[in-house]
Amino acid sequence: MSTPRVRLPRSASAGEEIEIRTLIDHPMITGVSSSDSRNMLERFEARLNGDTVFRYDFGNGSAANPTFTFYVRAAAPGDFEFIWTHEDGTEFRADGSVSVS
Amino acid sequence: MTTLTRRSFGALIGASATTLATPGLLRANSTGRLVIIGGGFGGASAARFARINYPDVDVTLVEPYPTFVTCPYGNLILGGKRTLPQITHSYDGLRARGVNVVQDRAADIDPDARTVALESGASLQYDKLIVSPGIGLRWGAIDGYDQAATEVFPHAWMGGDGSQITNLRAQLEALPEGGVVGLAIPENPFRCPPGPYERISMIAHYLKQTNPTAKILAFDSKEGFSKQGLFEDVWAELYGDMIEWIPANQDGRIVAVDVQNKLFISEFGEEHRVDVGNVIPPQTSAAIVRDTGLANDTGWVPVNSRTFEADAARDIHVIGDATIAGPMPKSGYIANSTSKTAVSAALADLTGGSAPSDPVYFNTCYSHGGEDYGISVVAVFRATDDGFEATPDSGGLSPRGPLSELAENRRLEARYADAWYDSITRDMFS
Repeated sequence: MSTPRVRLPRSASAGEEIEIRTLIDHPMITGVSSSDSRNMLERFEARLNGDTVFRYDFGNGSAANPTFTFYVRAAAPGDFEFIWTHEDGTEFRADGSVSVS
Repeated sequence: MTTLTRRSFGALIGASATTLATPGLLRANSTGRLVIIGGGFGGASAARFARINYPDVDVTLVEPYPTFVTCPYGNLILGGKRTLPQITHSYDGLRARGVNVVQDRAADIDPDARTVALESGASLQYDKLIVSPGIGLRWGAIDGYDQAATEVFPHAWMGGDGSQITNLRAQLEALPEGGVVGLAIPENPFRCPPGPYERISMIAHYLKQTNPTAKILAFDSKEGFSKQGLFEDVWAELYGDMIEWIPANQDGRIVAVDVQNKLFISEFGEEHRVDVGNVIPPQTSAAIVRDTGLANDTGWVPVNSRTFEADAARDIHVIGDATIAGPMPKSGYIANSTSKTAVSAALADLTGGSAPSDPVYFNTCYSHGGEDYGISVVAVFRATDDGFEATPDSGGLSPRGPLSELAENRRLEARYADAWYDSITRDMFS
């Protein structure tokens, strides 16, 4: 449970738009429509060399196993960090690097 | 009315066949030439319907294969409930009705000259053209999946000569004990929305008897599917933990295959080793309608919802899986049902009749889940000014509930499915 998966290219040419896909296994239980207690992620964030490039705040409308596809322009080589934060504060992390030529 | 004995009935059939062997003589005063490309659920139904209702019209059917292998009931070969000859149909019945069946492939259409060029080099002149070409497979949409790869990982999603479905069946027979069968299922739209899930059920039906420790991994590019609740009931009730369905949001989308090492590779790079692989690739319309500009940039053909005339060309009516006709499914039944409207609309022009003004289209998709286990989805559709709509409350799904309460219902639906198959193939070929 809560295994993050990330797909991004290993290399890109300078200025190229690169596609990043992320997926995390998570039931995203709101607790509204069932007797199960609430179990929700609060936020997803992607950072490039420490700067936030994408952020999403989850709400009750979010489906299980949330997946994102987004695009980042590769200006320079970069180290990505991907962080999913649970409402209870737990963090799930993945990372990846893109070389730029 | 004279009572026909078996003997005199046989003699009559013989006599009519002899007469019809010279259709040129019979129809010296032909009111037009209808050419039909594709001898499947749309095209064969159109040819038969045209001969019965418009006997003065010349009907030519162009089909590359000498016989027709249906996709419906193909999954029952995998389940061991049918054999290939039982789902293979001859065009002789259509010939006996006076259809000129040309075994060739349509290579090009010239809408201005109103001709169809055939692969053999011959050319056919038409007044009205019906095109029911079916689907094309998007080679390369799954990395590594090309024509050669279909020998290792058959798609078995087009009837063709039947070799794809028998290949898959033979591989299931040779599956090692406790082996893994993988299926890769495409995103929408694709031919036969419930088909992959009936296939999973029929493979499980076979393996339960011969190889009960085997596993079926169904990798899906979607997060939901046709008759999902009903199929999930089937799988839970009949096959326990043999089947695992992996949707796109659990990394179920297969983006590449490695036939050498028998690997399915997922969107996020997970490699799944399978002993038998069935890749149902992403689809588009058949090449003949894409190459001639009848399809738009979606890869499918926009048509008039009342006549099925293609938006892109006069006097060319396109039916079946190649069309944009949502919410109607890409099903054999819809191809059959709409073929009659298309023929009536096309030939109204030639015969002085009028086109149907408010056509109604019917669909039932039966699926077999196991022995004596049928489920269905039914809907009636009407044309609107800009497409099609399902008539509210016109159909529905089989009821859900515990098998102990619904066994008789499931058994009956399986028999209805068999009767549907016999009936629709008679409406195409007899």
